[in-house]
Amino acid sequence: MSALEFEKPVLELESKLTELMKMPATDDMDIHKEITRIQQKIQRLLHEAYSKLTPAQKVQVARHAERPRFHEYIAGTFTDFTPLAGDRLYAEDKALVGGLAKLDGRPVVVMGQEKGWDTDSRIKHNFGMARPEGYRKAQRLMEMANQFQLPVISLVDTSGAYPGVDAEERGQSEAIAKSIESCLDLSVPMISVIIGEGGSGGAIAIATANRILMLEHAIYSVISPEGCASILWRSATHAQEAAAALKLTAQDLYELGLIDEIISEPIGGAHRHKEEMIEQVKLSLIRNLSSLTPWNTETIRLDRRKKFIQMGRLAA
Amino acid sequence: MNWLTNFIRPKIRSMVAGQKEVPDNLWQKCPSCDGMLFHRELKENSNVCYHCGHHLKIYVTERLDILFDDGYDLLKSPAVKQDPLKFKDRKRYADRLKEAKAKTEREDAIVLAQGTIGGFPVIVAAFDFEFMGGSMGAAVGEGILRAAEVAVEEQAALIVVPASGGARMQEGAISLMQMPRTVIARQLMKEARLPYFVLLTDPTTGGVSASFAMLGDVHIAEPGAMIGFAGKRVIEETIRQQLPDGFQTAEYLVEHGMVDMVVARKDQRATFAKLLGFLMPQSAALSVQHGGKSKRVKTGASGKALESAHKASGNIARYVADIPADLTAANSDKKQKRAKR
Repeated sequence: MSALEFEKPVLELESKLTELMKMPATDDMDIHKEITRIQQKIQRLLHEAYSKLTPAQKVQVARHAERPRFHEYIAGTFTDFTPLAGDRLYAEDKALVGGLAKLDGRPVVVMGQEKGWDTDSRIKHNFGMARPEGYRKAQRLMEMANQFQLPVISLVDTSGAYPGVDAEERGQSEAIAKSIESCLDLSVPMISVIIGEGGSGGAIAIATANRILMLEHAIYSVISPEGCASILWRSATHAQEAAAALKLTAQDLYELGLIDEIISEPIGGAHRHKEEMIEQVKLSLIRNLSSLTPWNTETIRLDRRKKFIQMGRLAA
Repeated sequence: MNWLTNFIRPKIRSMVAGQKEVPDNLWQKCPSCDGMLFHRELKENSNVCYHCGHHLKIYVTERLDILFDDGYDLLKSPAVKQDPLKFKDRKRYADRLKEAKAKTEREDAIVLAQGTIGGFPVIVAAFDFEFMGGSMGAAVGEGILRAAEVAVEEQAALIVVPASGGARMQEGAISLMQMPRTVIARQLMKEARLPYFVLLTDPTTGGVSASFAMLGDVHIAEPGAMIGFAGKRVIEETIRQQLPDGFQTAEYLVEHGMVDMVVARKDQRATFAKLLGFLMPQSAALSVQHGGKSKRVKTGASGKALESAHKASGNIARYVADIPADLTAANSDKKQKRAKR
């Protein structure tokens, strides 16, 4: 497991534990006691570390290489996932994956960014940074959702939309703007979950939803802490301060009234107990979707609009 | 301690200074062709270089003068929570806000104005680049929403004029939420079947370009304006290559199908008037009757000076702060008048 600085004491204990476990089976009570003792200590240390993560540490956890990705949620949360490809205009963008699936037996449209899990897949999925084609595929899927009255679920995990010459040439701005508009035009419920990184415009493009859920250690920000630091502090070395100042944690966003729910992560983070995490997300999605079902096509659209109009507005 | 230099001379100097208003810089260099520009001639030419046609930045009130037929009323934008994150970098955001307000005599980076273009009623929401680079936070988002609401109430067209580096970082995710919020403004116009135009000026980038600015019925851009999603430096760092010449300019965007036309400053009003003639309901053309209204900011006069004069005299009647009830009444009157015609 790749190490985060603040997890080092835990990782040392974990490797010690692995060694103890490898020892031949024995009745030596001392070894059993030692194992139990280390396990308890690990739990305690993890609990301590993860209950008071700083914003900068949350940024690290949210970007953790082994954090569950889009494809893992797809496998564990949905059944019968049938990916659909292409924007019908230019290309197929593998950074933003989407298609039809069933959630608790009910057909839905699901989409989200896939960051990849090893070098090859990261390159294939462009590290989860979508080009205009990706956002135009999202628009196409949302149109389909409207037509067949299928709820839309989006799983957001991106450092941002791809900043490249080709993306600019083909209208990255327009693609994101239209994608936001498609979200607002939905006459079906839309639920978004920020599972890792919610990177600025590239995230909001598929997160203008009726319900916005966020994992406990996910982040959602208008700019990366590094980018913010290099502009406002004139040096990326101030990223830790920027992470705190930007108020990008799930707890901050909930406090500000910008998200609806925080989904708790297992002790030690989503990457330590993937199955448990995926199950939590599934339960939360099912619960939120059933609270929005059945829906009135006009009301569900206007409720979403009202939610965003009210966001951050001064109480009258 | 010389009575002559300490008392008499300053007094004489102030008397003289009060008589002739000489700006510090009478001449400036055109950033494009290096030609020398005399301030008065530059101003007469709407801040467009009279050697090469390069469009220099223009103050927001002068832009409003250029766009409207003859003067405009300013509309008040709703108040928003100030510094919601208590943000501090090397400097407190609260202080940055205070300075920007003092410098521009404005509450935030957006100005809402109402008037006519080609005789058609129009609301303009124009960014003030002087206010923290025209960055979009809650106040700007609220202003654009408000502009659309008033346009719908008044059955007017809406023109938004971005001049903005993008989202206001100091408002964190709240500034990000202005992207969907301003898209809602666009939707209000669409549902009312009223024209929504965007006049893209230098610069229009980041979250501003990736929301309301790319969703106009018609996109008009100023010559040479920088328009794009990601900043040049970010792109160069990502692809590790030099960027092509003319990348992300207004002309480049026309070439790539994102903008309808590049229109020089002096032709913008006529262009909008023509477009409104196609898209506005024919009954909407107002005879230009209220040119002589006392409370209006007259074209040609320094809008900013008038604005602050009104502020100083405590005259806020022309602000449409508390319109809903009043306006609806006024509006239905208007509609009745129109129906009679």
